[in-house]
Amino acid sequence: MALVRMEGVVKRFGALEVLKSIDLSVEPGEIVAVIGRSGSGKSTMLRCVNGLEPVQEGLIEVAGINVTAPGADLNALRARVGMVFQSFNLFPHLNVERNIMLALKLVRKTPKAEAQDIAVRMLEKVGLGDKRLAYPDELSGGQQQRVAIARSLAMEPTLMLFDEITSALDPELVGDVLRVLEGLAGEGMTMMLVTHEMSFARNVADRLVFMHEGRIHEDGPARETLTDPQTAELQSFLNAVLH
Amino acid sequence: MIREFASADVFYLLLAARWTIGLALVAAIGGGLLGLLIALARILPFAPLNWLAIGYINIIQGTPLLGQLFVFFFGLPLLGFPVGAWTAAAISLSLYASAFLGEIWRGALQSVAKRQWEAGAALGLTYRQRFTHVVIPQAVRISIAPTVGFLVQLVKNTSLTALIGFVELTRASQIITAATFAPLTVYLTAAAIYFVICFTLSQLSRVLERRLHGAR
Ligand SMILES: Nc1ncnc2c1ncn2[C@@H]1O[C@H](COP(=O)(O)OP(=O)(O)OP(=O)(O)O)[C@@H](O)[C@H]1O
Ligand SMILES: [Mg+2]
Repeated sequence: MALVRMEGVVKRFGALEVLKSIDLSVEPGEIVAVIGRSGSGKSTMLRCVNGLEPVQEGLIEVAGINVTAPGADLNALRARVGMVFQSFNLFPHLNVERNIMLALKLVRKTPKAEAQDIAVRMLEKVGLGDKRLAYPDELSGGQQQRVAIARSLAMEPTLMLFDEITSALDPELVGDVLRVLEGLAGEGMTMMLVTHEMSFARNVADRLVFMHEGRIHEDGPARETLTDPQTAELQSFLNAVLH
Repeated sequence: MIREFASADVFYLLLAARWTIGLALVAAIGGGLLGLLIALARILPFAPLNWLAIGYINIIQGTPLLGQLFVFFFGLPLLGFPVGAWTAAAISLSLYASAFLGEIWRGALQSVAKRQWEAGAALGLTYRQRFTHVVIPQAVRISIAPTVGFLVQLVKNTSLTALIGFVELTRASQIITAATFAPLTVYLTAAAIYFVICFTLSQLSRVLERRLHGAR
């Protein structure tokens, strides 16, 4: 059964129709790279998946939970769907460890000692075992982003959403973050990631979704689709980003 | 009869300063509690409540404190509520403080970025958990300096209550000046006492800020 199912999803901001009937299914373990021009609706689509944006039409189901049903328990859903943003969004008043422990304690009711163990484990996983007690403003952008990933992973998500998580980073820091993603891919994590890293999309993603003006314009195996785009729009997008 | 300014007068001024501090304290607490409600009324997504709070803030911030003092001191007795200088002073300074503190705290709450709310939401925190564990701690840190800055103003503004006859530091200085005819000495002494109170407050804010920064 698909982990994510979107059917006929329409999202409007006022009169502006940003998503125009999106149909998309993501199988467990699948890694879907989402690409497209600025404003094509990539972030909005991702934000609809965990209910950060309410939709006007259509159906979204994630891990068997109907996101679009009125009164859906979005907090329960979000505790199982990790999301990492371009701008890290760590809590500046909490140190790294407590950033990770907060949702464990409040949402999962994990006892403190256990939450601390989990935090340490997650930090080691993203290569920051020595930064447990640092505050976010003492870390580089790349380190902050890896803490943000660790914070999401601590909740044991069944699906991870990544929205351009390397776009705000200095080029030399991008590699560390991408390596963490590759590690996750190796563990079989289901991921939807908006990215501008074409080589990453080609090498790590199973599937490529190209968005254009609020629609999924092309959808296919990552490598083939990037090598042999079927539409003029994807062709010209790739020409623009690769050259 | 004119007499010399003596150490007993300094003592008298210090005693009067208790009322300055007491009044400022009452206004800070009363205004603080009311100010919290005002800040919430400004923020909660319910328009009539927002308008009410905005109207209240505009009235208080847009009229002189002295006028507000007179309204309560002379106005309440006319309405059948006889009030003394202390009560009138406590009420009007509390209302005055509530409008300013409410605005300071609203600003602090709203300056915590929308992204912080979203980060909390994406982790599955409820609205209340986001507010209490993510937004408020950050807002508190932001608001310490402006809050203490306002409290310093409040201490100095208690001197206006001398005009309705409340005997605090300034009124006491007037009384002693009338007896000793040594205005410079008296008012310098009073100024020194005001300074010590206000300086202590701002030092306190430094310490508080540093401590919160250590714990972020
Ligand atoms: N909260 C909002 N209110 C109004 N319009 C919005 C809002 N969020 C996004 N939009 C609009 O929706 C459209 C799609 O935005 P979205 O952020 O999904 O694009 P994107 O593909 O992620 O672009 P980028 O590559 O620049 O991040 C844009 O036209 C944007 O201006
Ligand atoms: Mg985007």
